[in-house]
Formats: sequence, C-alpha cells, structure tokens
Amino acid sequence: MKYIAPSSVEEATSLLSTSPSAQVFAGATDVVPQLRAGRSAPEVLVDLKKIEELVSMAKDDDKWTVGAATPTANLTEDEAFSGEFPGLSEAAGLIGSDQIQNRSSLGGNLCNGSPAADSVPAMVVNGARAVIAGPNGTRVLDVAEVVTGPGQTSLEADEFIVEFEIDRMPARSGDAYLRMIPRTEMDIAVVGAGARVTLAEDGSIEEAVVALGAVAPTVVRVPDAEAALVGNTADDETLSAVAEAASGVCNPIDDKRGTVAYRKQVAGVLAKRAVLIAIERAEQRNGSK
Amino acid sequence: MARTHITAVVNGDETEFLAEDGTSLLNALRDEVGLTGAKEGCGTGDCGACSVMIDEKVTTSCLVFAPEVEGATILTVEGLADSGELHPLQQCFLEGAALQCGICTPGFLIAAKALLDKNPDPTETEIRYALAGNLCRCTGYDKIVRAVQEAAREMRGQ
Repeated sequence: MKYIAPSSVEEATSLLSTSPSAQVFAGATDVVPQLRAGRSAPEVLVDLKKIEELVSMAKDDDKWTVGAATPTANLTEDEAFSGEFPGLSEAAGLIGSDQIQNRSSLGGNLCNGSPAADSVPAMVVNGARAVIAGPNGTRVLDVAEVVTGPGQTSLEADEFIVEFEIDRMPARSGDAYLRMIPRTEMDIAVVGAGARVTLAEDGSIEEAVVALGAVAPTVVRVPDAEAALVGNTADDETLSAVAEAASGVCNPIDDKRGTVAYRKQVAGVLAKRAVLIAIERAEQRNGSK
Repeated sequence: MARTHITAVVNGDETEFLAEDGTSLLNALRDEVGLTGAKEGCGTGDCGACSVMIDEKVTTSCLVFAPEVEGATILTVEGLADSGELHPLQQCFLEGAALQCGICTPGFLIAAKALLDKNPDPTETEIRYALAGNLCRCTGYDKIVRAVQEAAREMRGQ
C-alpha cells in the first residue's frame, strides 16, 4: 500500500482517476478496521486531511460550510455551530470515544454507509448537502441521496465529498438527535432519531422533518410523521401519530443489539422525544441567527 | 516494500524513522522508534491501549497510518515523566493502585492527561466519559477514576 496526501482537490481527483484501486480516507476510523478484517485491499491510501477545504468550518449569512474531513470534535467544540445546530453537534459527538472524535468526520461517517451512522439522520433533518468533487468538477447532492444501501454510496470511484453545506438555522427552529444504545457510551445505535421543526408565530408547527437511523438499509425520512406535525402543536394525539408513523417506516434487522419488534417500538418513542426537544429548542430561538 | 522516511517530534525530540506506508503509527512507534509503552489491545480503535497525543489531541495510534505524522508532535506515555520525576498522574496511579496487569495503563495516562489539559477540574462523570474509550479488564475503573481526581487536585495545587 502506498500513502499519498494530496494538497488540493484537483490533485486528489486526478490521483483517483488514474489509480483504480485507491481508498480515500479522513480519520480512517472505519477504513483501518476494514483493512485489518481483510474486507478491502487498496493499492493506494489517499489521505484527504492535507487539503485545506476538507478540514475547515465557516459560515456566512446563508449557510455553514463544514469540510468533509473535519474532526467531529471540532463540531462539538465550536460554540457557534453547536449553539445553532445542537442536534447535529450532539449526533456527531456520539461517534466513539474522545480518541475517535479527534479523527472521525461527517464525510467518513456518511460514506462508510452504515445504516446506524449517528450524524446522518441529523444532517438529513437539517437539509445538509454534500459538495462532491470528481474529474469533471463538483456537483451538489442532498446528503439523503448519498447512501444507497449498507456500505454503498452513489459516489463514483473517482469522486469524494469535499464539504457539507448546511443552511443557517432559521428563527423559531430547532433540531435534535437521540440514539438508543444498551450502554451509555461507545456503542452502535440500535435506533437513532433526528428531528427538526420550525414554529409559526402562533406556536404551531410550520415545518417538520423526522429521520431515523439503524432501522432500515439506509437512513429513512418519516413523511407521515412530518405531515402529522405540520399545522398542529405537539399534543398527545399528534405525538401518537408521530410514533406510529416512525414505527411504521421501520424495516430493521434482527440482531443481538435489538429485535425487529424492539427497534420498531423504540423508533416511535425516540421520534416523539426528538420532536419534543426540537420544539423546545425552536421556542428558545425566537431571535436572530 | 518501499519504506517512507518520517520526521516527527516524539516526546520532545526530533525523531526520524522509516515505516512502510500501510503501517500503523502504533507499530512504527513500537518497532521502529523503540517506544513500547503504547500497547495493541484490539487494533481497531475500541480499547484505547494505544492512545497517544498527536499535536495535542488524544487518538488511538492503531488507526493512524505512520506517514500521516510527518511533521507532527507526538506524546507517548514515555514522555510524561519529566527528568526522571513521574507525572502526577503516574504517581497517583501508583499510589492509588489504579492498575493491575498494566496493559491499559499507558493509554489511560495519556487519555487522562488529554482531559486534564482541557479541563483541570473535571467531575467524576466528566472523567468517566473522557475515559470511555479506554478499556480495563482488571480494575473495575473506580481506582483509575480516583487516581485521576487525585492527580487533578495535585496539579491544581490543592
């Protein structure tokens, strides 16, 4: 295996176009265990962390731009970002230990393609977009469209994610992410639930997005829960509809961490709780960005 | 296989070594630099026994490719003591019997140092979360947590 650390996006894409057996990586927290397990044997290891755009965080009036290889620790430590997107920041902060946090990244968490990736439902509810570089320039794709199945993405072999764009959090809006694991730390989600709401002036819900992780081959949106929330408040009837819709979209696996019935049940509970937290945060964000 | 020449500051000394590109930093430190403090427990980033600091950030050296640290500053457990005097964390681990077999200890010491660098007065809960990435199969963790609390008190001059 040969290690190469390109210093620009162009250098990296041309390297990938000419190296059929190349593996890009950021923190390598998933790549190394896969190499060690013999599940992949690339000839070239392409370290993306020496490309400036990939390890950076910036905001303007419209959006945040987060480099795809930025350590997730930076997302939780950046007070402006974690204050505006507490749900996404907490989701990113759930990935592994402090040791992992200093290496793991949104780009890696997404492209690894795990259905249980914690940051993905939180990115999806916030409408995050992936800026993807390839030999013919860049294209922009909704994060929800990147993963096509367990371990599978819609990226070509010579493409990689440069950065994520996340529109600034509007007023009266909030996000949340909750994860169920059998212990308190260092485990893989049995169920993950992300929610984002925007409230109308009268306090009713104007917009809602709910997404679940670890209950289907990819992260899934819950359109019936979103429809139940819009125009209503979080009364018992609405929350029951949210829970029922969340349990209904689940197509989970049965494994040692959770049975199908358990995952469906927990998905409903977590979706409800995540919506309530998002609403509470939206109520506190009456002011400006 | 071709080996890459790597220069890094390891425990305060500019250090040069050769490593194959796919080699982990852990193996390079142990086999090429001769620093065997960091241990391999799992090799997949779960156990924390190989924890080192790279540019002041704690990480598991088994997940780092050796060439990544070109130009970086690395701290391993061997760099904690100062001129033969143990670091307060090391002294408190010894005095509090916060180790039994010792395999996990270098990783715990580095992770605890990373915590205290950022947070000199952590609560017990903060200590337990900060050390969640370090597994110990002997002690049951209580003595480790108490040793970190004691070292933190000493380092704050209390």
